[in-house]
Amino acid sequence: MSAQSPASGQFARFAVSPARRRKDRIARGTILAGTVIALIPLALLVFYLLRKGLGSWSPSFFSTDPTGNTFFKASSIGGIKSAILGTVEMVALASAIAIPIGIGTAVWLVEYGRDSWFANLVRFFVDVLTGVPSIVFGLFIYIVLVVGTGSSYAGYKGSLALALLMLPVVIRSAEVILLLIPDALRESALALGAPRWRVIFSIVMPTALPGMVTGVLLAIARAAGETAPLLFTAAATQKTNLNLGQFMNSLPVQIYKDVTSPTTAVVDRAWGAALTLVIMILLLNLIARLVSRRSRLA
Amino acid sequence: MPSGDRSILERSPLARLPDRALKYGLTALAALILALIVYFFVRLVGESRPALARAGVFGFTFDKDWNVSGERFGALPLVLGTLITSALALLIGVPVAVATAIYANELCPLRLRAALTVLVELLAAVPSVVYGLWGIFFLAPKLQGAEQWVADRLSFIPFIGGGTVTIPNYFIAGLILAIMILPIVSAISREVMATVPADHKEAALALGATRWEMIRTAVIPYCRAGIVGGAMLGLGRAIGETIAVTIVIGNAPQLGSHLFGQGYSLAAVIANEFGEAQGLHRSALFAAGLLLFVLTLLVNAVARVLVSRASRAGRTTPAAAAGSQPIAGAVAGA
Repeated sequence: MSAQSPASGQFARFAVSPARRRKDRIARGTILAGTVIALIPLALLVFYLLRKGLGSWSPSFFSTDPTGNTFFKASSIGGIKSAILGTVEMVALASAIAIPIGIGTAVWLVEYGRDSWFANLVRFFVDVLTGVPSIVFGLFIYIVLVVGTGSSYAGYKGSLALALLMLPVVIRSAEVILLLIPDALRESALALGAPRWRVIFSIVMPTALPGMVTGVLLAIARAAGETAPLLFTAAATQKTNLNLGQFMNSLPVQIYKDVTSPTTAVVDRAWGAALTLVIMILLLNLIARLVSRRSRLA
Repeated sequence: MPSGDRSILERSPLARLPDRALKYGLTALAALILALIVYFFVRLVGESRPALARAGVFGFTFDKDWNVSGERFGALPLVLGTLITSALALLIGVPVAVATAIYANELCPLRLRAALTVLVELLAAVPSVVYGLWGIFFLAPKLQGAEQWVADRLSFIPFIGGGTVTIPNYFIAGLILAIMILPIVSAISREVMATVPADHKEAALALGATRWEMIRTAVIPYCRAGIVGGAMLGLGRAIGETIAVTIVIGNAPQLGSHLFGQGYSLAAVIANEFGEAQGLHRSALFAAGLLLFVLTLLVNAVARVLVSRASRAGRTTPAAAAGSQPIAGAVAGA
């Protein structure tokens, strides 16, 4: 140690042996390979989706309803107008139900429930909801609103199933954001004499808003892509229908129905619809990302 | 002023009203969610009772005959289909997801890290039905030749080898599921790996460890429970995944003879048959839903415990609690 000569022999003692170096290189190579493998399906999916989807896009694709004429020319099978409108309408209603309830519950959990046993029970049940398979939500709504009322499928029943699916996402993401708000902010408002509800509405909510918008948008994006909850609650029509009390088409259900068709033109319609759906969801994700970047909390 | 000085500072009963209203209103909302879940569960049990009463819960789950026209409903082919495809998804998806997480956290150039994270999370934004569409029209036909080759070479292994490869089969379903669970497993692994103290990693490097030795001795042991929990959450997803599996599994109610043959799963049977089901058949499908519900519940409960324990060990921020949604979790954790 005393002789600090730069001779290579001195440093050889600290050098990594060839075997270890080889092992390191192999391991790092494997990890890199795994990462590349993870990205391959994404590339293939995007490439194929664009190629097939853009091919079936045309102005009339968005302005006509799908028809049952599958044995004729591609032009007679129609577009996806009713599916787009149905998805937009049902998801809008689902959001109108799930967002207030979800944010209200999150506010209760953070501002009132805190660490009480009841709050923890609610948290546990929200976690349970997160894990419930989406098709089971469809069964729930079917039992209560189709069997229970003796009526048939309807758009609003689909919306309720989607709302159930969105709830845990909204609650969890809003709770995380609300917890990030420093307690000092609440305490200063309380010390100035503000009542609890004013603290919540004038201090807590405005501060948390951008962060909560992110979670809400992601929940909407998730609901927009779901097929299973709609199959037995809203599905099975081709006509454009703006009445939420009747059968309603949606993009995912339209794609699911078209996948099983033996006619190439119908399958092409599914690709076009899939590209439309993915673009809608990606836009929501993109906006969510931009909003969250603006947020001062997250 | 009956009660002395303090009442000057007190609010009038009227001014206190909105406070109370808000508190009890929100409490009622939270209670409503509890009541709703319990109510749904009870109704689901009620609807599936006829089918369960016919053969008993045990008989229903483990009978291997699912015959709609013969009114015999044994869920074993469905349960096995669910388990086989989910196991495959874990087998293929978890190593890749963990590798991605390690690469992003430990090896990746800092500039690429954000881009890599976004790309992996994009996989979570693709809807289930689009995975199904892509799987059945692109992936399955492209892989059929390779699958047949493997099946022929490994014909001495029961279940894997032999047999003719069909386009929809267990393996394709497992592969699609692996892709679908990749983002969540990767996101949670990344979150848990971020909790490894820099001290540990630096100590390993200072002792002369190579990068890989540092990962193996400092990073992986520290977050093993969290990774296992992430994998379990992925398993919960895979078990409950419906539409993609329905499209690519073949929907044949038979006990899977081999890996590259058609099968069925609990979720797929509901999606596929519920529309036309009547009477006992419908009840059996409700029972399948109940089975699915209980199965995912158990898996998710174990996963939650593991993940929360692993992330609590590292830090106290609540971000890890949002792990259920990969993107939301990552956004909140960033």
